[in-house]
Amino acid sequence: MKSIKQKPDPILPRAGLPDFRNLGVLLRLLLLVNLFAIATVFVRVDEPAAYPLAFIAMAAKVELPLFLALLLLFALQPLVERLSARNGRIAVVLVALAVAAATFPLLRDGDASALWRWLAWAAAAAAGVLLYFDNRSRRHSRALTEARLMALTARIRPHFLFNCLNGVLGVIRADPRRAELALEELAELFRALMRENRELVPLGEELDLCERYVDLEHLRLGSRLNMRWELEDCPRDALVPPLLLQPLVENAIYHGVEPSSQAAEIVVRAERRSGEILIEVDNPMEPGERHKAGNRMALENIRERLMLFFDLEAGLEIDAGGGRHRVSIRLPYRRKTP
Amino acid sequence: MNEAPLRVLIVDDEAPARARLRDLLGDIAATQPSRVVGLAANGVEALRLLESEPADVVLADIRMPVMDGVELARHVLRLERPPAVIFTTAYDQYAIQAFELAATDYLLKPVRAQRLAESLARVRRQLPVADEMLAGLAAGPRRHFSVNERGRILLVPVADVLYLRAELKYVTARTAEREFLLDESLVQLEQEFAGRFVRVHRNSLVARAAVTGVERAGEQDGEARWDVLLAGVPERLPISRRQWPAVRQVLGL
Repeated sequence: MKSIKQKPDPILPRAGLPDFRNLGVLLRLLLLVNLFAIATVFVRVDEPAAYPLAFIAMAAKVELPLFLALLLLFALQPLVERLSARNGRIAVVLVALAVAAATFPLLRDGDASALWRWLAWAAAAAAGVLLYFDNRSRRHSRALTEARLMALTARIRPHFLFNCLNGVLGVIRADPRRAELALEELAELFRALMRENRELVPLGEELDLCERYVDLEHLRLGSRLNMRWELEDCPRDALVPPLLLQPLVENAIYHGVEPSSQAAEIVVRAERRSGEILIEVDNPMEPGERHKAGNRMALENIRERLMLFFDLEAGLEIDAGGGRHRVSIRLPYRRKTP
Repeated sequence: MNEAPLRVLIVDDEAPARARLRDLLGDIAATQPSRVVGLAANGVEALRLLESEPADVVLADIRMPVMDGVELARHVLRLERPPAVIFTTAYDQYAIQAFELAATDYLLKPVRAQRLAESLARVRRQLPVADEMLAGLAAGPRRHFSVNERGRILLVPVADVLYLRAELKYVTARTAEREFLLDESLVQLEQEFAGRFVRVHRNSLVARAAVTGVERAGEQDGEARWDVLLAGVPERLPISRRQWPAVRQVLGL
């Protein structure tokens, strides 16, 4: 029954439990707990003049347990991941309580503080953080559905579809075999587009799809379109969001090749740099090129999907100037767990 | 049908699209006899072909490099007998709305034989669309000015023009090499090319990029008068008192 009980993608926030090995999650955690500490000081201390000292005292008490808790959660992530959402939450609160209890003898100032208050604060902080992440994942799973819907309508430009069909009709009499091939490719492309693109796919698959797409564009653009693939140092098993590359190549053709009277070269680069994958699509840009709206929409779509899959660990940058337009994507190198 | 075959010029930057239109014209030859006089990949090529091979109809793609279909349609109006232009486009919602409003004929790609035959039938009684209408359809300013010189359409790249000066009925466009007479109004040119040219006087626009400086040319009624200096040509153009503040601002003086 393996095919039915598929494990959900671990990278997506699942049932409200965050991935404690994600940099964005860790940063948010630090920020939240510290904000909570500041709020506590405001509640406890009446005298504004006493704030600075109170903040320092609070920081001295909070930071060490906080970092210890983060380290522990980072280490325990593979275990926490396997628990159900409820047990996972309990585990996180228990970690917070354990760390607080362990550091209590070290950080207590005299007999004034009581262990139960210390523990209550830790539990409240943990609960607050969990509530935040739960809320965030709910919001994002809705955004994910919306992004998917939007992607389905906006990903392939109607312009491409009709031009492509027109290209096929144009060669059907002179070269029926070529037309056949093109229609087969078009079918493959649409199959990929209409899939439920919710899970990460290997980069290799994405590259194959792009090649098919480029071949279709060759039909109508002929020698005006030159592609250079620089993929020597790229692991094909790296997991990427589906349809990450194709819209970028489509943009490059629309803005870089179609308005150009001469042959134009599009360069697709992918490489692994330590723990990251870098992907670049580089195309020439006519100085007066218009129609920017579609371009922005496609890029925003990709940026949003990167955010949903990888949070702050992935990024998309645009570098335009000197007659070229380059989109660079950086994402963590992940492979399918066997 | 015993009418003379229509002479058709096909303009599209994609070879299969051109082939398709030619095939279709062959298919409907029984009802709409036609003869393809040429195939061109953009507007400039089309104008070159039209010099030696006059056409009755131009089938022009809207989106092409070098010169798009709308700009081509505006330039062919300078021909003594301008051909009718039928636009073709794969998909562009906004463009289509605009074309509907301007009552120009357009075909959606992939073009259907029936639709093409209807358009050709209409061409025989159609009047060319006015330039003002076409200007409204354009995606942006033209890249060329056109001049009819002894039956030929001469294209002057807008980027080469240093200044435009109104003289009686015409506007003179000056490039580094020579002058051309344009049959257009300075006001319209100023509107279309607002980003490129700046008005310095009631009768002249200068290309911002060509301005090298200004020079004091004397005094009038106790106020300084200035001339604008341009790269590549010796003549100076006076800046009117009224335009002086605006010119100073635009040129960052």
